[in-house]
Amino acid sequence: MGGLDAIPTTDQKQSAKDYTSDQEIRWCPGCGDYAVLAAVRGFLPELGLRRENVVFISGIGCSSRFPYYLNTYGMHSIHGRAPTIATGLAVTRPDLSVFVVTGDGDALSIGGNHLIHAIRRNVNLTILLFNNRIYGLTKGQYSPTSEVGKITKSTPRGSLDHPFNPLSLVLGAEASFVARAIDADRAQLTDVLRKATAHRGTSFVEIYQDCPIFNDGAFDVIRRGGDNAKQRIIPLRHGEPIRFGVNNEYGVVLGEGGFGLRIAPVAGVGEDAVLVHDTERPDPSIAFALSRLSDHDLTHTITGVFRCVRRPTYDDGARLQIREAKATESADLAALLRGRDTWTVDA
Amino acid sequence: MTISDSAITVQPGAAKSSNGAIEHSREVLKRSCVVIRFAGDSGDGMQLTGDRFSSAAAAFGNDLATMPNFPAEIRAPAGTLPGVSSFQLHFADHDILTAGDQPDVLVAMNPAALKANIADLPPGGILVANSDEFTKRNLTKVGYPANPLEDGSLCAYTVHSVAMETLARGALEHTELSKKDASRSKNMFALGLLCWMYHRPTEGTERYLREKFVRRPDLAEANILAFRAGWNYGETTETFAVTYEVSPAKLDAGTYRQITGNTALAYGIVAAGQRSGLPVFLGSYPITPASDILHELSKHKAFNVTTFQAEDEISGIGAAIGAAFGGAFGVTTTSGPGISLKSEAAGLAVALELPLLIIDVQRGGPSTGLPTKTEQSDLLQAMFGRNGECPLPIVAPRSPTDCFDAALDATRIAITYRTPVILLSDGSLANGSEPWKVPAVESLPPIEPGFATAPNAPDGSGEFWPYQRDDDTLARPWAVPGTAGLEHRIGGLEKADGRGSISYDPDNHDHMVRLRQAKVDGITVPGLEVDDPDGHAELLVLGWGSTFGAIGAGCRQVRAHGLAIAQAHLRHLNPLPANLADLLHNYRTVLVPEMNLGQLALLLRSRFLIDVKSYTKVSGLPFKAEELRNVFIDALKGDLL
Repeated sequence: MGGLDAIPTTDQKQSAKDYTSDQEIRWCPGCGDYAVLAAVRGFLPELGLRRENVVFISGIGCSSRFPYYLNTYGMHSIHGRAPTIATGLAVTRPDLSVFVVTGDGDALSIGGNHLIHAIRRNVNLTILLFNNRIYGLTKGQYSPTSEVGKITKSTPRGSLDHPFNPLSLVLGAEASFVARAIDADRAQLTDVLRKATAHRGTSFVEIYQDCPIFNDGAFDVIRRGGDNAKQRIIPLRHGEPIRFGVNNEYGVVLGEGGFGLRIAPVAGVGEDAVLVHDTERPDPSIAFALSRLSDHDLTHTITGVFRCVRRPTYDDGARLQIREAKATESADLAALLRGRDTWTVDA
Repeated sequence: MTISDSAITVQPGAAKSSNGAIEHSREVLKRSCVVIRFAGDSGDGMQLTGDRFSSAAAAFGNDLATMPNFPAEIRAPAGTLPGVSSFQLHFADHDILTAGDQPDVLVAMNPAALKANIADLPPGGILVANSDEFTKRNLTKVGYPANPLEDGSLCAYTVHSVAMETLARGALEHTELSKKDASRSKNMFALGLLCWMYHRPTEGTERYLREKFVRRPDLAEANILAFRAGWNYGETTETFAVTYEVSPAKLDAGTYRQITGNTALAYGIVAAGQRSGLPVFLGSYPITPASDILHELSKHKAFNVTTFQAEDEISGIGAAIGAAFGGAFGVTTTSGPGISLKSEAAGLAVALELPLLIIDVQRGGPSTGLPTKTEQSDLLQAMFGRNGECPLPIVAPRSPTDCFDAALDATRIAITYRTPVILLSDGSLANGSEPWKVPAVESLPPIEPGFATAPNAPDGSGEFWPYQRDDDTLARPWAVPGTAGLEHRIGGLEKADGRGSISYDPDNHDHMVRLRQAKVDGITVPGLEVDDPDGHAELLVLGWGSTFGAIGAGCRQVRAHGLAIAQAHLRHLNPLPANLADLLHNYRTVLVPEMNLGQLALLLRSRFLIDVKSYTKVSGLPFKAEELRNVFIDALKGDLL
């Protein structure tokens, strides 16, 4: 079963404009969110779903203004709690395509608990985490993904927090679908969205996104393309050897002593040593090791789909229990209220 | 002592031995009401024993009320005071309102149970003690220098010292049961003995035991044997010279069953789902004393009830909100600390104007407080515990059976007005039980969700405006995803009235704040009724929640003294009934007894500028009828400060 089964489709051709609401966009000029919005608006028509069956739920943050700019059903909820609201909706409405839009603060700070549990339950929905490594809406405090030592309004002597590696975290939470994309690479982002929505279960997508006002250029070394980006970005493709570099001269191979993974020049280790990417490996250890190859300082960063495995979803299971109960037990309200031990008082 | 009818007739009764010969005659005293308290270790099965006795009383046709009392810990060390668990029940031949101020009979299964409860047994009361547990070790554990069953210190009571464990084990000698399991059946022995003492029918208990242990017929038979052994002990020995009869009560004609408040709440929720045609979604997290609602609802999937045990309280309400957004009937259940956690999400639900039922089964606070003790100290939290001006309706049941009606009422309000509603129950209602006249399903009013189906913009543009309101109810449309043409976005930011887009406009915000308030203020609730049999009472006792029974019983006692007193009880705390102001002005004194420091009194004083008198107790226990009678008489005499 796919992520979009049971969602009504339409034969009518849709366009990005159909999915565009009439709201004036309030993000700052140069914000990476514009690119993501364009990619999403451009991608949704491809799914051919009835537009009224698409729902975006967001939390709080610049990222979370997203639903207002799409002409679908949407809810701008409270900080960190979108996965809970989306869970209640997804469990009761299998006919909806549910997206959660969140950010590094909303999902990894206040919302960390709900994030890991939604992922653990594998509720059928797609989580888009816009990671700009800063708190934008509240004007520039550091976030759980900011680098140590970052000077911000709340950390004039430098931040002390060691940052999360978001993909390691969600893999630890048993994520069945994990991917990373970059706001500036629309083609890859669209491809990731395609795979994420096709997956039945919680599809987690981290999107590196630039905040031009409070953390400008944080991802420039990989966003601006060119040889610099090619040296750093390790794109994953299912079924293909994991290679990167200006001339694909580097590859991912098993680590020293057989533990973990490392990067090595292909010429040195030989092509056969290069790991062939398999998103469907049941054991998440390799996916986790891949997540560790992404350096916080972006010396290297892995993009694409890390993992895509099938396991039962909470919502399918919940609905199955309801169906089974309906098939085997009676829903006789009068009998329920009476119970087993009644007595009668005569007039 | 409560003013209750004591023995009115005495008739010689004949007791038959097992061979049919009449051995001796015994007194059979008729009582109009009896209060029994079973007390033992948490592991002794006191709740089960009390519950079974209650069922037997119910089956016999008595009116009854129960009050379990158990510690927060799962199992404190055996034989210690913190581990004592008790179950009090009051059964009568007339309708009664409370579980009784004090017991007539105390069944103490060990020294700790005796020590913890003996102070409540009035002189002349009956004590039935399990002498097997009164060992030197157990006595020392709770600080008895000598065995009170033997040293004469209990001479004020009628003491029956019964070796229950020995006798139970003796009855089970020939079975395969281990000594440990045989010892455990001593609670069934106690039950059998008490059932004999009070002429209770036994078939129901034996049937229950067979069903409970259907997979272990050996345990079923063993428990039944122990139960019968207790019965026979009373029947055969001469230690029990007196037995008691309590005739069935003249209740309204109908079919009855016994029910606890939590079960009644759960059934009310199932019924609300059925009457509205909506799937029910419960998002909840276990918390004492509300967890049983989650457990009960989880059994009823056939009624299209989905229960989601969330990772925490906030996720519970969040998921319920998500389900409501999708058109289900969203419910979340908790106690005081959970309401605190849910407050931000409750505020979101108020801003989103989605139907939601939030159940608070109140317990002792603040903070972790007294998880298994009752209190009603969350009223102000329910009224004001959200940021900003954030009103929502509040409904409070008055008795275990009223929980069913209150749940339906709260649902009607939530769905009709598109608002979260807080239902305030408490621990004593949750776990207390009483007979319930089962309502006919057809008599339950249907609830219309009234989903939006078409664009509604008043400017004829064909747009859908999510905050375009109904003129009567001020409710906004409930337009659920999947409905073509009504796509819209809602959220916690302030919205323009009507159109529903984000608005920071100053006038709009002032307008919306007042509109949300007006919507709640305008909710139709029935007028408050007053019980004033004399018609000229000068004192009105006004209560809310579980104090109904104790207040009523106290008023009965006052009237039995020939004094006039009026009683009224609020189901709706927000909005208050429209006739309340006039009503309060009709009385020289308005007295509000509460299990908090005067929260309703505070609301009434500020709202109506009436010097409402407050009588408060925050001990984790309900008011006693006699206690309130004394307070009421003081108030009538003008002695209240």
